[in-house]
Amino acid sequence: MLNRRRFLTSTAAGFAALHFAPAFAQDAPQIQIFVPAAPGGGWDQTARTIDQVLRSEKLISGSQITNVGGAGGTVGLPQFVNQWKGKGNSLMVAGMVMVGAIIANKSANNLTEVTPIARLTGEFEALVVPAASPFKTAADFVAALKEDPTKVPVAGGSAGGSDHILFGLIAKTAGVPAANLSYVPFAGGGEALSALLGNQVAAGISGYGEFSEQIKAGALRLLAISSDKRQEGIDAPTLKEAGIDVELFNWRGVFAPPGVSDEDKAAMIKLVETMAKSDAWATECKNRNWTSILLTGDDYAKFVADDTARIGAILKDLGLA
Amino acid sequence: MDTLGYLAHGFAVAFTPTNLLWCLVGTTLGTAIGVLPGLGPALTIALLLPITYQVAPEASFILFAGIYYGAMYGGSTTSILLNTPGESATIVTALEGNRMARSGRGGAALATSAIGSFVAGTLGTLGVAFLAPIVVKFALAFGPAEYFSLMVLAFITVSAVLGSSSVRGLTSLFVGFVIGMIGVDLQTGQPRFTFGMGELLDGVDVIIVAVGLFAVGETLYMASRRYAGKDEIVPLKGSLYMTAAEWARSWKPWLRGAAIGFPIGAMPAGGAEIPTFLSYAIEKKLSKHREEFGTVGAIEGVAGPEAANNASAAGVLVPMLTLGLPTSATAAIMLSAFQSYGINPGPLLLTTQANLVWGLIASLFIANVILVILNLPLIGLWVRLLKIPAPQLYAGILVFATVGTYGISQSPTDLVILYLLGAAGFLMRRFDFPTAPVIIGMILGPLAETQFRRAMTIANGDWTVFYRHPLSLTLLTLAFIGLVGPHIWAWIEHRRTRGPEHVPGDA
Repeated sequence: MLNRRRFLTSTAAGFAALHFAPAFAQDAPQIQIFVPAAPGGGWDQTARTIDQVLRSEKLISGSQITNVGGAGGTVGLPQFVNQWKGKGNSLMVAGMVMVGAIIANKSANNLTEVTPIARLTGEFEALVVPAASPFKTAADFVAALKEDPTKVPVAGGSAGGSDHILFGLIAKTAGVPAANLSYVPFAGGGEALSALLGNQVAAGISGYGEFSEQIKAGALRLLAISSDKRQEGIDAPTLKEAGIDVELFNWRGVFAPPGVSDEDKAAMIKLVETMAKSDAWATECKNRNWTSILLTGDDYAKFVADDTARIGAILKDLGLA
Repeated sequence: MDTLGYLAHGFAVAFTPTNLLWCLVGTTLGTAIGVLPGLGPALTIALLLPITYQVAPEASFILFAGIYYGAMYGGSTTSILLNTPGESATIVTALEGNRMARSGRGGAALATSAIGSFVAGTLGTLGVAFLAPIVVKFALAFGPAEYFSLMVLAFITVSAVLGSSSVRGLTSLFVGFVIGMIGVDLQTGQPRFTFGMGELLDGVDVIIVAVGLFAVGETLYMASRRYAGKDEIVPLKGSLYMTAAEWARSWKPWLRGAAIGFPIGAMPAGGAEIPTFLSYAIEKKLSKHREEFGTVGAIEGVAGPEAANNASAAGVLVPMLTLGLPTSATAAIMLSAFQSYGINPGPLLLTTQANLVWGLIASLFIANVILVILNLPLIGLWVRLLKIPAPQLYAGILVFATVGTYGISQSPTDLVILYLLGAAGFLMRRFDFPTAPVIIGMILGPLAETQFRRAMTIANGDWTVFYRHPLSLTLLTLAFIGLVGPHIWAWIEHRRTRGPEHVPGDA
């Protein structure tokens, strides 16, 4: 069992990983990444994966990650807007959750104040039911919802989050008033999952990755996914194919601070674009069930504006804004 | 292969020199971060996630599991010696442990918590290896209605820690409810008691409240007394470790604590705090030395909760490994580490990743052994802390509490809250209000509220769910017995002893 080389390399590599100062690539820039969430969550993982891929591709010499967590990113955003202003080598990771949090928390700052660089990834959502459920298709689910929404309790993440928003959008398309919905928020996908496995609720909505293994094991039935087109290896229609005209990605992207120069902005877009098109990035996305949905610069700015309007409308219907 | 075969295979994986080294690094690091208030295992593992890019999956999970178990050991040290809980699961330990330290039995308190942690951690890990499929079935049967009934039962049993005056105890409990409600309401997304401050939207961390009320409040109280320091250096009494009598009083609480902690830890919304409350209440009820509780410190009140929190740490791994369900912040981050390796944790994990899972389970046994070896000799060193004269010691505690709190989220707001709570803790101490019920209210209150509202949402407003579900009904019945049982018993006793006096009038 003793393998000296493996022992030495893995130990050395482990300690090397604790230091963020590789000696190679002297001319590559240093960047700073601001994560408006605590370590460990989706944005933090995105930041650390960006750092990892940029360094392995030798596009940067190193990076420093700062976490300021709280309230869906609305605690960190004012700091990024005010204290990081004009820092051309900085990026903030944010996403759809922050759009919702800004609206729901009536935050003083919003995403129009920062400089859009690129939308990177999205996680599509899944509508699932317990294996024993009478609902065989998404149409069955919508029919039951139309009949009496109070009899169809649906589990998902926190109130006003992406899962709740998708449920609101589905109900709206079906003509069911959002105020009558019976949504049961859980602190995270895991807790919602246990409510589904214990047959406590009629259906569940969360990121596909939260449910994928239970679907494979046959404990949950996947009715539909919220992506724009069918996904390879997933045997389920999109919501649109199932007759529900809704598409939703829980997207994540990066922003530069306000007041950066045009050259810095262009350089940053190029850096992020090169990274997003690398094989290393593709591998990471595959491992983490992220769909790469790259969109940069002005197109990204327009997308953020449109999404803010859509989310604002649905949160109003749900009584959260 | 059967379970034993898998386990033997797991030990073969864990016993490679590399993996043993990772286990040692993990347990040492875990003990250290457990000692610091604020820096918990979840945050530490999150910060170490990048190593998953570099080392084999077995190695990193062995490291993470070592950190997780180590934190449970380390958290009790500061609770006992400095009344400053390092982890939310060791808040209860401070109640009796710190009293023991002040009456010269700090070494025994540390020893019973280390050995109890070892016993319960080993039993819990055996539970993970052999009982996981059964326990997980039981845990999934718990829905919102059952959780609410469990909270009712917990409220009844923890009345034991309310102290001598129930009015004061209940006042403290309700203060805890209010603090627990601060932040965005999970059910509706609306902020409560935040006064428009963004920093309060996520609520107040229970560690800040515990450190503020216990450590800062205590420090201010000590400073306010005129003769502070004169009588504070307590000489160690008797053996550094445990006496025979203390062993005899500890072993049953260890076993009971493990029996309470493991199943509750395995429940998706169980956590590590509730079993420590329940264990404390039970030990207080069963103890033959009830007069020591809250005065000189009862060793049962340390042994039971410490065993319970370690067994619950093992319990948390059950749904994580069998179903891919993370039931604590630490487990959630460990699951995200699985994804770095392209492994999707789920019901198939035990079969598809047998090497990894059984290597992990085997390393937990090893981690437990390393931790007890690491912690017992340290006791001699730790108790010397108590020989520091009071002014210096309390100044040190204040610095330690402040740095630790700042470490939670680098937020100056947290420090303001810490000192406001410290002032509140001082006033409570001055006017004789117990502080422990604040913490209990803060943890149990919001849980009970959330589960109640979830149960009502799912049942569409039908109250009968709480007694239509057999499990829920059982828990409520137990709570009812706990509430009226002692009174009925006392009444019967009363009748029996006073019986003869009434006889003449009856005829």
